Amino acid sequence: MPLKAVILIGGPQKGTRFRPLSFEVPKPLFPVAGVPMVQHHIEACAKVPGMKEILLMGFYQPHEALSRFLVSAQQEFKIPIRYLQEYAALGTGGGIYHFRDQILSGGAEAFFVLNADVCSEFPLQEMLEFRQQHGDAHSFVILGTTANRTQALNYGCIVANADTQEVQHYVEKPSTFVSEIINCGIYLFTPDIFQHIGEVFQRNQQELVLEESSNGWQRAEVIRLEQDVFTALAGSGKLYVYKTDGFWSQIKSAGSAIYASRLYLNQYSKSHPERLAQNKPGGPVIRGNVYIHPTASIDSTAVLGPNVSIGEGVTVGAGVRVRESIVLHGASLHDHTCVLNTIVGWDSTIGRWARVEGTPSDPNPNDPYAKIDSETLFRDGRLTPSITILGCSVTIPAEVVILNSIVLPHKELSRSYKNQIIL
Amino acid sequence: MRALILVGGFGTRLRPLTLSRPKPLVEFCNKALLLHQLEALRQAGVSHVVLAVSYMSEALGAAMREQEQRLGIRISLSHEKEPLGTGRVRAAGSGRGRGRAQAGRRRPGDTGVGTGAAGPLALARDLLAEGGEPFFVLNSDVICEFPFAALARFHRQHGGEGSLVVTRVEEPAKYGVVVSEADTGRICRFVEKPRVFVSNKINAGLYIFSPGILQRIQLRPTSIEKEIFPAMAQEGQLYAMELQGFWMDIGQPKDFLTGMCMYLQALRAQHPEKLHSGPGVVGNVLVLCPPVPTLAKWRGLYRELWLPSRPWCSPSSFQDPSAKIGANCVIGPNVTIGAGVVVEDGVRIKRCTVLKGARIRSHSWLESCIVGWSCSVGQWVRMENVTVLGEDVIVNDELYLNGANVLPHKSIAESVPEPRIIM
Ligand SMILES: Nc1nc2c(ncn2[C@@H]2O[C@H](COP(=O)(O)OP(=O)(O)O)[C@@H](O)[C@H]2O)c(=O)[nH]1
Ligand SMILES: [Mg+2]
Repeated sequence: MPLKAVILIGGPQKGTRFRPLSFEVPKPLFPVAGVPMVQHHIEACAKVPGMKEILLMGFYQPHEALSRFLVSAQQEFKIPIRYLQEYAALGTGGGIYHFRDQILSGGAEAFFVLNADVCSEFPLQEMLEFRQQHGDAHSFVILGTTANRTQALNYGCIVANADTQEVQHYVEKPSTFVSEIINCGIYLFTPDIFQHIGEVFQRNQQELVLEESSNGWQRAEVIRLEQDVFTALAGSGKLYVYKTDGFWSQIKSAGSAIYASRLYLNQYSKSHPERLAQNKPGGPVIRGNVYIHPTASIDSTAVLGPNVSIGEGVTVGAGVRVRESIVLHGASLHDHTCVLNTIVGWDSTIGRWARVEGTPSDPNPNDPYAKIDSETLFRDGRLTPSITILGCSVTIPAEVVILNSIVLPHKELSRSYKNQIIL
Repeated sequence: MRALILVGGFGTRLRPLTLSRPKPLVEFCNKALLLHQLEALRQAGVSHVVLAVSYMSEALGAAMREQEQRLGIRISLSHEKEPLGTGRVRAAGSGRGRGRAQAGRRRPGDTGVGTGAAGPLALARDLLAEGGEPFFVLNSDVICEFPFAALARFHRQHGGEGSLVVTRVEEPAKYGVVVSEADTGRICRFVEKPRVFVSNKINAGLYIFSPGILQRIQLRPTSIEKEIFPAMAQEGQLYAMELQGFWMDIGQPKDFLTGMCMYLQALRAQHPEKLHSGPGVVGNVLVLCPPVPTLAKWRGLYRELWLPSRPWCSPSSFQDPSAKIGANCVIGPNVTIGAGVVVEDGVRIKRCTVLKGARIRSHSWLESCIVGWSCSVGQWVRMENVTVLGEDVIVNDELYLNGANVLPHKSIAESVPEPRIIM
């Protein structure tokens, strides 16, 4: 069966909780477990038999990093990958409606839509099989997972028939408890979906004509898949939920990128152990799951892991300790530095014996359904302790401590900092 | 000549160190505090030292007997066992095997007869008056280049009843100052926390008195500074001698470290050969013992600086008292490292006292800390801001301790990002 996949990558106004990292690279290209965030989506889509084309959809201006990524991903996964640019932010449903011809070209009988800012096992094949078993070849499937009662309120909540898994009720981010089954932002649609989105579009248009709005056409095309489409489809017999127990998380904040890296590295240990660094004579000490780019230079007395990703061309000196961190390309960690729960930005330098440490925002380990809180930066006017982020080309002097801080790009620090945003 | 050292109570200000040792036995720059004073007194011709204590300890008794032999002087205890008024002089002279130091009943919270209390003088009246010649009185918390011989000369020259040593301070408003005649040194008056400048000299806690002073003191709680001195000054019987060189009251950890820096600087001027040098050593560093060629030699050195057969002196450290410092360390300035200490590779230490038998594991960074006896500080630990570890504390790998005050025998598994006491 000919299939396609659309990855919703948003645009520059999105991903502000990802600053200052999203200044340098669009959030969908931020490396998680050593590769750009959306490469995990692409790899999963490319594996599905019948996948003809993968479309990245967003409202970024075309730029070099994105084009380079598309070229290399096409080569690696041997599948056509294109970027479709929305003329404005059209919402999660507006873009796919606008580009429906492109999606259906080549005779696609079904297609996946994936939010870029999630990390998942992407059980796409299972979603296809689930739809097969539920008889109706024209139904739509939402990937769902279980959250705890309080955190469920931050997601799209799904009430489904216990036997058939048909969605009876859908509410996006309710204010009171509705269900602990939440929307994972991964969908399987047939071309029929465009009828339903089309209805929303028509309705929007009529309403806007009545309002005599000058740019009614444009605003009619802004459609939210969740609020505008799923809510209406609930109870119509066309929308199903496939529940997964596999790993899943949103990647909204930089802190969740470290958590997502951990989930993907853990997946590598089962599916692609060759991607993980091994302890070998003359090499650094590896604890747990660690990704090291082949061009990185690591001293044999360094101790890395668990959950460490070391990027291209990174230098790690003697006696360096890194744990629960992402070190981006070109960074340099001098001798005896200690880096914990931190994202070290591109080309940043950490002087010897410096300690750069953040506070992890991991989900409650005692609750199997807990999700990571994409906390706001400030609570009660104070910076909430979070992972430490060094923007691009930051210089940390020797022997200082940087704790729970966010350092904006191109900053040369001269002392210790704690719980601060350093502009 | 005779001398009275005002040892006082439990040394609460120097906790957690004084929870394991009586304050006089805490090593300051690798030598028990008491020894600094005993040695200086003996050099000035003192043959009988009385320690005024408000509580007794076996360790102190043992140390006294040891020092009597080593220095060939007599050391007695004047023990304020009962509240003053009903108590009587309890002089437990332990010289030449006569008598034993008595273990007194501890009175919790008793800081006893420390600085300024005239009570101990009255208690020890008989012992001090016996010789019929001037005697020294000193506060046990004070460290400086003790000018006892000069003080005795000064005292004889002016012929008054008492002399006290004064030292210059930068901010006199924080202290009680001494106003004296510039040429003779005769003290005119004392001013407590002066609001306008009257003098920059404060009482350094070192005195010499003619026996006549004992008549002034009754066996009741009396402040020597507040009651006796002003009266003596009024009668023109009290003189001030200005101290040359450094002076510090090291009764609390912060000042203990400051005093250490001053002491090492003085050592640099007078006995530079006693300081450590070599690769990775910066500034004034005192290590016990730097490599000593022969067994016999280090035994001798050890005997001189350490009290063998101390209860807290483990046989293993007696066998090899030399501290070991690993490769690629940078130590100093202002560090003292005690016997049997092991500093592993790649450690950075500055402005710290590391007491006997402690181990600092590789790649750690320490500044302004006191590491207690037999502590173990893990790898990649950062400790700073007057962190004090009591005896036998274990700090797990990769932790950050900022101003932590850790009670003895504690194992620390979590960082202490803000100053606090760890029970
Ligand atoms: N192409 C496109 N993608 C979008 C747009 N708005 C959001 N997205 C993407 O859709 C996903 C979900 O975004 P959103 O609904 O805003 O956030 P959430 O409800 O908090 O998960 C993210 O991957 C966004 O990048 C849009 O207007 N156009
Ligand atoms: Mg949404």
